[in-house]
Amino acid sequence: MPETFDVVWLGRGGQGGVTAALILAQAAMSKGYYALAIPFFGAERRGAPVFAYNRLSKSTIYSRARVRAGDVLALLDPSLTGVVDVRSLVKPGGVLVVNSRGSVPGLEGLGRGQYCVDALEIAEELDLKVAGIPLVNMPMVGAVGRVSGLFELHDLLEATKAQIKAMLESNLRAVEEGWRRVEKCRC
Amino acid sequence: MKLLLTGNYAAAYAVRDAQPDVISAYPITPQTPIIEKLAEFIDSGELKAKFVRVESEHSAMAALIGAASVGARTYTATSSQGLLYMYEVVWWAAGARLPIVMGLVTRALGPPWNIWSDHADFFTVRSSGWTMLFASSAQEVYDLTLIAYCVAEHRDVLLPALVAWDAFEVSHTYEPVELVEDATRLLPPKGAWAPPLAAEDPASLGNLAYPEEYAETRRLMVEAVRRVPLVFAEAAGRLRELTGRDYSRGYECYRCEDAETVFIAMGSVYGEVRSAVDALRARGVPVGALKVWLYRPFPYEGVARVLDGKKMAIVLSRTTSLGAMGPLATDVATALALKGCSVKLVEFSAGVGGVDVTEDDVVAMYKAALEREGGTYFWRGR
Repeated sequence: MPETFDVVWLGRGGQGGVTAALILAQAAMSKGYYALAIPFFGAERRGAPVFAYNRLSKSTIYSRARVRAGDVLALLDPSLTGVVDVRSLVKPGGVLVVNSRGSVPGLEGLGRGQYCVDALEIAEELDLKVAGIPLVNMPMVGAVGRVSGLFELHDLLEATKAQIKAMLESNLRAVEEGWRRVEKCRC
Repeated sequence: MKLLLTGNYAAAYAVRDAQPDVISAYPITPQTPIIEKLAEFIDSGELKAKFVRVESEHSAMAALIGAASVGARTYTATSSQGLLYMYEVVWWAAGARLPIVMGLVTRALGPPWNIWSDHADFFTVRSSGWTMLFASSAQEVYDLTLIAYCVAEHRDVLLPALVAWDAFEVSHTYEPVELVEDATRLLPPKGAWAPPLAAEDPASLGNLAYPEEYAETRRLMVEAVRRVPLVFAEAAGRLRELTGRDYSRGYECYRCEDAETVFIAMGSVYGEVRSAVDALRARGVPVGALKVWLYRPFPYEGVARVLDGKKMAIVLSRTTSLGAMGPLATDVATALALKGCSVKLVEFSAGVGGVDVTEDDVVAMYKAALEREGGTYFWRGR
């Protein structure tokens, strides 16, 4: 593990990227990590690109600066590839986890690999929505948690229970399905 | 108990553990989550405080002045324009010798409108008589808020105290925070100080004072402020016994002993400074870092002791001071002058209005400082 294990969450306002970062940090803390969950620094705007970050380490983290690139880039909305320079957000040895059925055009050869999970399908199956926006964050927590190699599914479910009150059963199912369905992207 | 908390929530937990009687505040970004969390604590019964809803920050502080005048333990929090709107009564709270505790989430002053961190708001109250503490992480927010109550209510002090921390980098970032098991072992018992007013003994506060009376009132404040470092060290010592975390000197030094250059900073940017010190040390460059927790009263002697014999001091000021060196750099210059130390002093205005400062920035500042004359420079980033 490098000095810090960094995750960049990129989604649109309302998709729950900030909450996803919080749950991953909670899971990491329960495993003895020093964990930061850093939300987008600004006014919240529905539909606009929104960042959140995690910094995880076995020792105390002093840095509070923004994360420039992640060991994992969690892309909650693949349409953001045309809006944000997604390539710059992945460390050379990092991976992409994307909410998509198949690999995203234009992101070939990014980092060490691309992992896909159809988080939108999972959110719709479970009817996980707030104000009509499907909450793709919870399947992404499961997928990112698994791809990171740092967690067991149990850790993520316990962290979800610690942080989420509304629609808890569906949220737990969403994490589990994300964990189960994530795989290397197919072309 | 260890919880994952933002800096703002850490403040709310510390206030819950201090069990104030009266809280009053007006919402402003990025302060608002503190007060929202406190409202939840009151609603759940975990905090038995009266929340006084008001129409402005000026009224919030005025409400606390009334409450503290009859002995209530109190809390408020604000940021930026909110502090400026409150400003008149901030001075009244100090002059009335009321141990009010305030959280200040530092935010840039307009114009232009900006919600991100800058320490300009913090520095505006530096001569008001408030004890001023600066936290650089959520853990420090929690710890220093508890210490603030200990200092403010101490009979040798009886002055308000504020704890500041950076917008977003600390206020909204979640990190593990260790809570104190039983905060009553740290805090003074309620009612241990004598308030100026009591219903059974009618009097009034804030009357006209003739020059000699006014001067005497201020002289007594000067005396009280001089006693703060000792009282602070005592309270920090009690916290150290409970937790192992040590704030007692009012500042922290990192790899200063054999350093030729020392960075001086307050707040979240210190994390980047610390990383830069490690990076420069790895290349054989003898640098260290000093973080200020107790800003007022300023620890002149301690800072001068650290810097005595060094070649260069680099101050990172998260603000623009127009027409003069920034307050933190001026304080460092004063510390050096009082001790007769000749140390090159370079100040960088960096991170202004929320601009991100990285470890690479700090390393680049070191190189720039070597090449430049002493003075203040605006750091535009790389």
